[in-house]
This record gives sequence, C-alpha cells and structure tokens, in this order.
Amino acid sequence: MDFSYDDEQNGLREAVSALLARAYADSEQRRKAVAADPGFDEKTWGRLAEMGVLGLPFAEADGGMGAGPVEVSIVAEEIGRVLAPEPFVEAVVLAGGLVAELGTDAQRSEVLGALAEGTLVPAFAHTEIGSRWGASARTVTATEDGGSWRLTGVKEPVPHGARADLLVVSAVVGDATRLFLVPADAEGLARSGYRNHDGTRSAKVEFTGTPAQPLGDATGDQTAAVDRALARARVAYGHEALGAMETALTTTAEYLRARKQFGVPLSKFQALTFRAADMYVSLELARSTVMWATLVVDNDGDVVTAADRMRLQTSRASRHIGKEAIQLHGGIGVTAEYKVGHYTSRLTAIDHLLGDGDWALARLAATVDQHETVDPTA
Amino acid sequence: MRLHLSADDQAFRDEMRTFFATGVPQSIRDAVAAHREVTKEQFVQAQQALNAAGLAVPHWPVEWGGKDWTPLQRHIWREEMQLAGVPEPLAFNTSMIGPVIATFGSQEQKERFLPATANLDIWWCQGFSEPDAGSDLASLRTTAVRDGDDWVVNGQKTWTTLGQHADWIFCLVRTDPTAAKRQRGISLLLFPMDTPGVTLRPIELLDGGFEVNEVFFEDVRVPSENLVGEENHGWDYAKFLLGNERVGIARIGSTKRMLADAKAHARDITVDGAPLAEDPYLRARIAELENELLALELTALRVVANSAGGRPHPASSVLKLRGSELQQAATELLVDIAGPMSVASFAGADSDVPEWAQVATPNYLNYRKVSIYGGSNEVQRTIIAGSILGL
Repeated sequence: MDFSYDDEQNGLREAVSALLARAYADSEQRRKAVAADPGFDEKTWGRLAEMGVLGLPFAEADGGMGAGPVEVSIVAEEIGRVLAPEPFVEAVVLAGGLVAELGTDAQRSEVLGALAEGTLVPAFAHTEIGSRWGASARTVTATEDGGSWRLTGVKEPVPHGARADLLVVSAVVGDATRLFLVPADAEGLARSGYRNHDGTRSAKVEFTGTPAQPLGDATGDQTAAVDRALARARVAYGHEALGAMETALTTTAEYLRARKQFGVPLSKFQALTFRAADMYVSLELARSTVMWATLVVDNDGDVVTAADRMRLQTSRASRHIGKEAIQLHGGIGVTAEYKVGHYTSRLTAIDHLLGDGDWALARLAATVDQHETVDPTA
Repeated sequence: MRLHLSADDQAFRDEMRTFFATGVPQSIRDAVAAHREVTKEQFVQAQQALNAAGLAVPHWPVEWGGKDWTPLQRHIWREEMQLAGVPEPLAFNTSMIGPVIATFGSQEQKERFLPATANLDIWWCQGFSEPDAGSDLASLRTTAVRDGDDWVVNGQKTWTTLGQHADWIFCLVRTDPTAAKRQRGISLLLFPMDTPGVTLRPIELLDGGFEVNEVFFEDVRVPSENLVGEENHGWDYAKFLLGNERVGIARIGSTKRMLADAKAHARDITVDGAPLAEDPYLRARIAELENELLALELTALRVVANSAGGRPHPASSVLKLRGSELQQAATELLVDIAGPMSVASFAGADSDVPEWAQVATPNYLNYRKVSIYGGSNEVQRTIIAGSILGL
C-alpha cells in the first residue's frame, strides 16, 4: 500500500494548479465567470483541453491521454481548491466516462476526441423529479420504431444541461435502463437553463419524441454500468470536495490569525482553535478515504462500495468543515463578496449531486453483516 | 499510489498472523479478547514468547534486539497482534524507557537494563504525573537533592499504571528549582520500587479494578549512576518518550475486534421477535463506526508511510484523538447491545448473563481513560491547532 504520488503526477498537479491559479487568482474572477452563462469560463476550458486535461482518462486510440484515476483525482482536487466552475467531473469523468465504458468504437472516438479537444461538452441527463441517486431511469422512456429510437419525458435538474453539446440520457426500456445520445440540435428537444446556488448551471430538459442514438451495441440492461460510472464520478467529486475543504480550512485559519476582537487575534480563543483542530481531523480522515477509493477504482475493485464508504466520510467532513468555516469567520462568511461561503455552497452541491452521506450509509448498513471486519487492502 | 500490500508485506503479514495464532498461549489471547483482567504472569509469559521470537522490541536499535523494519511492517505487526488478542509488549518497557535508555543512556545502563527490559525480567512503571501536574507535566514538584553519591527523592506521583507489578520506576524529578524555565530543572532517575522510602497505594477505578496507583517517596536514596543522560535535561527525554507513546495508541486492530464482536452478539439478542442484528438503526450505527475506523486505519497507513526519519507525522495527533474516540464508541456500542444485561457487572460464572455482557459496562467506564492518557484529547487539539494550523 502506497499513498505517494510519482514525479509525473506531481508535475501534473503543478501544471494544473498553475493554470487554474492564473484563471482564478482571486474570488472576484470566479464570481465574474459564474455570473454569465454557461456558468464557467470557456477560455479556461480551452486551456485545460490544450494541456490534455480533458482527455486524461480516455484511451489514446479514442483521442485521450491514457492516464488513470489517480491523474483524474489530482485534477479534481485542484479544481476544488480554487472552486473552478469548469465541469471537469460532470463532463469528463461522468458523461465522458459513460461513453468510454459503453460506447461503440465510432461513438468513443467521435465523442471523446472532441471532448478532449474542448470542442464538445457532454452532460449526463439522468436525474428525474421525484427520484434520487439511483442508477435506473424511472419516467423518461425510449421507444423503438423501425430501427430508430425516440425519447419522451423530462430530466431535471441536469447539470450543465443547457450548455451541453451532447446529452447522454438514461431512459426506461421495458424493465431495463439504457443510455442514449442526443445532440443539442435534435428535434423535439427543449432545454431551459438556470443558475444553481453554487454558481454552476443546471437545466430542465424535455424530450418529446426526440430522436436518439443508443449508446453502445448492447441490447440489455445498462444499470450496472451506470452504477459504476456514478461511483467513479462520486470518487472524483470526493477529490474536488477535498480541495475545497482544504482551502476552506486554510482560509479559516488565516482569518483566525488576522482578525482581532477584544484587542487580540481570534486565534487566542481556545473555543475557536479547538474547533479548527476538529476541522483538520475531519479533513485528514476524509483525505485518506478518498485517496483509498481512487486506488480501488485504479485497481478495478468494488468501486460501488468503495465510493459509498468515501461518500459517507466526505459528506460528514464537508458539512462539518463547510459549516464551521462560516461560523468561525462570523458574518463575513455569509456574504457573497467573501470567498469562504462559496466553498460551503459548492460542498453542499457536491454532497447532493450524486448521493449524500445518509444515502451511502443506508447502503452500507444493508450489507454490514456480510463481513466480519473491513480490510482496506483486500 | 498502490492499493495492495506488496508481496513482501503480504508475506510479512501472513508470518505475523501465523505466529500470533500459534506462538502465544490461547488462554492468554482469550482473556484479552474477553476483556478479562490479564495477570502479571500472563503479561510476562506473552512478552517472553514474543521476545524469544524476536518480536517484542522491533522498533529498538538492532544491536539491542530491534528489527530493521519499515514503518508499514511495524504497523502490520501491531495491528495483527491486536486482532489476535495478543497482549502488547508492556509499553512502559518497550515504547517508553527502553528507547530512552537506548538513545540517551550510558553504555553501562544499556547493558544493565535493555535485555531485561525487552524480556520483561524488569517490569517498569512510569513516575510522571503528580496530583498537581497532569497535562501540565512541567509543573511537577517531586524533588531530588544531591547528597554525596546519591540523589535523595521526596514527593508523590500518581496514576502510576500497573505500579503494583513494577520492579523499577522511571521518575521525573526536579533537580534545579531555580532554573529560569521550569522545564529546564527536571531530571530522569531510575530506581527499584523496593527502595526504602517508596510506598505504593492502589487507586480503585470506576470499573472496580486496580490498575493505577499513587506512589510516595520519603527520603528515597538513588545512586547517582541511575541518572539517565544529563542532569536537568529530563524534559527532553520525557518529550521523546511521550512522542513514542502516541505511536500505536490508535489501537485500530483492537477496535476492529470489538466491532466484529458487537455484530456477533447482536445476532443472539431478540427484539420483538427479530434479531437485534436486523435493527436498521443499529446496523447503520455499526456501519458508520466501521467506516470511521476504516478512515482511521487508512490515515494510520498514510502516517506510517510518511514518518521516515524518526519524526512523527503531524497527523499522528489525529490518530490519538480519533483512535480514542472510536475505542470509546465501540465499548459504548457493546453496552447498548447488552442492554438490560449490562448492569450485571459482577454476576460471575454462575449467572446466565454472558461474560461479554458482564464486562461491557466496566470496560466502557474504564475506557473513559483513553481520551485522557497519552496526552489528553484536548492536548492533541492544542498540538493540531498550534503546530499544524499555526494558531
């Protein structure tokens, strides 16, 4: 077992960190980027593509870099550290990941190549009103007529659904869930985008007999593949949350040193420093679990369970750190002008996009008697 | 970044597992697993079995019986020992005074004490805390005054764990009451517990057990060659010693054992016609504890991998803080699973209350100590806030 990064991985971190530090040197730049649609900076997206970051996890034959989940995790952490609004996890890890796993040769090279080049942003249209966090579709249906498929129903909220050039859509076919590709200009497709609390964008996406292309050759149920892809995206989100939590904590510590009340820095008050110490404990325990989950992905182990374990720990930690970061700042932490509250907002969004801690706990509780002890190296 | 243990470490783990399951008497391991009191003879027997196999003091210098193991191997050794219910080598000997003598002692002291300390031929106890010096150890008041070739010790120590079994004590004493900094006037002395003027008084704890003591010193004469290192430098040795104390204090293997036991016991208890083990709230509580323990174990693995060079990783305070909380949570879980049986602490062998349920509450009460000793959890938070967060 080894938790250290090699030189190449450290180099990747430095490069991504430098790129994002230029784009989001202060929180005002981020506020500007999320003020207008599509809720992120297209130029920064293009620079990430030039660096090869957007093709990182995809096979070279598909136009990618052939890197692994550890490299993906490094990028996600740096995204989270400066709260970069670019949809790396949403477009590359989740939507791109589904195409990489299920797509035909032609679909992979067409979609992933363009994604890697930064010319195509895909989004996964999966969530439906009234259902949550499962791997199956419930109300959007797909029907076949003479060899062509049409989708009917509503997906919402779809992260980056209005900006997306291509939608990967989950739909009910009989008892199964299958995935379909729908380009942005398809007929019978209506999208209305809006702003999320964390500055990113989502959309209501309505299909009315919309023509769609099945993803992959498979005719069976694709639920299990969706479950695995969601698990891998949860782990990547875990790293984004980790970067965000780290900044929330360091920002809070800096503030406790600088801010004076009663004639002394806040760091003189043990009631505050002990709470900061507890935030550090939460951060480090979450970090260990997230790094481990990435190694499980890297090993192609039981990614669904590992992601649940990581999700539970990260959910608890991100709520703890997010809430305490604001409280230890005081009123300024609730303002839009100051950065720390935005970290809490993003952490809250990540916590609810693909499954929260209690949801993961319920899944873990269901199988708790199926093992005597938990062995992380198994 | 790699998930699995290397083939070498895997083989090492198998070797440890096999030895702990076969090289230490089952009766002793059962006593540990059942949270029964381990007798002095059992402690000695277990440590001598480990020492004979070269497994009692792996972290010591090789010339004194240590092994040139990686930090990961030491971690595996410790966790496997706990999982197997093997009593760990006496910490006062192997983690505390042994490494201090090996690092700061004279050659004569090393030869005289180290082999006997490793083999538990000498049982050491710790003379650190005093009635008015707990977390604030530097305020200790026990004095040692030079008289000819001897030091003359007067004062009182407390919380001396297993002092009733001890042959020798390592004792912090004030040798320069006029030192500008109170940490500077402290020395470390070694002397036998049967020296005239040493009196030991046991302290009964909440669980009805006796594991800590008060120790009184009245004109105790200690030969000058029993001073460790330099006069008035005892604080440095104490800090070195307490740093070692924190290593391995997370006791992850032991908590794992308790959670596995909890699941087994919950299957044997019926609530409204169904096994308690099927209660969704209890399942969630156990699943969350298992997950927190996993996070701690992974953190321990990260910390040991980065502790090369002898300096503890700053996150080692996390191990003590969270490790103690999880040990306590596991003992609390066992009390709750025992339910109404949990009051029958001293029902004895004639009772129908199973042994695990009889010891559950005494153990829970006894384990309140783990967030207090080894640098209280508040001291750990102070360390994290100060040395890691710069507050």
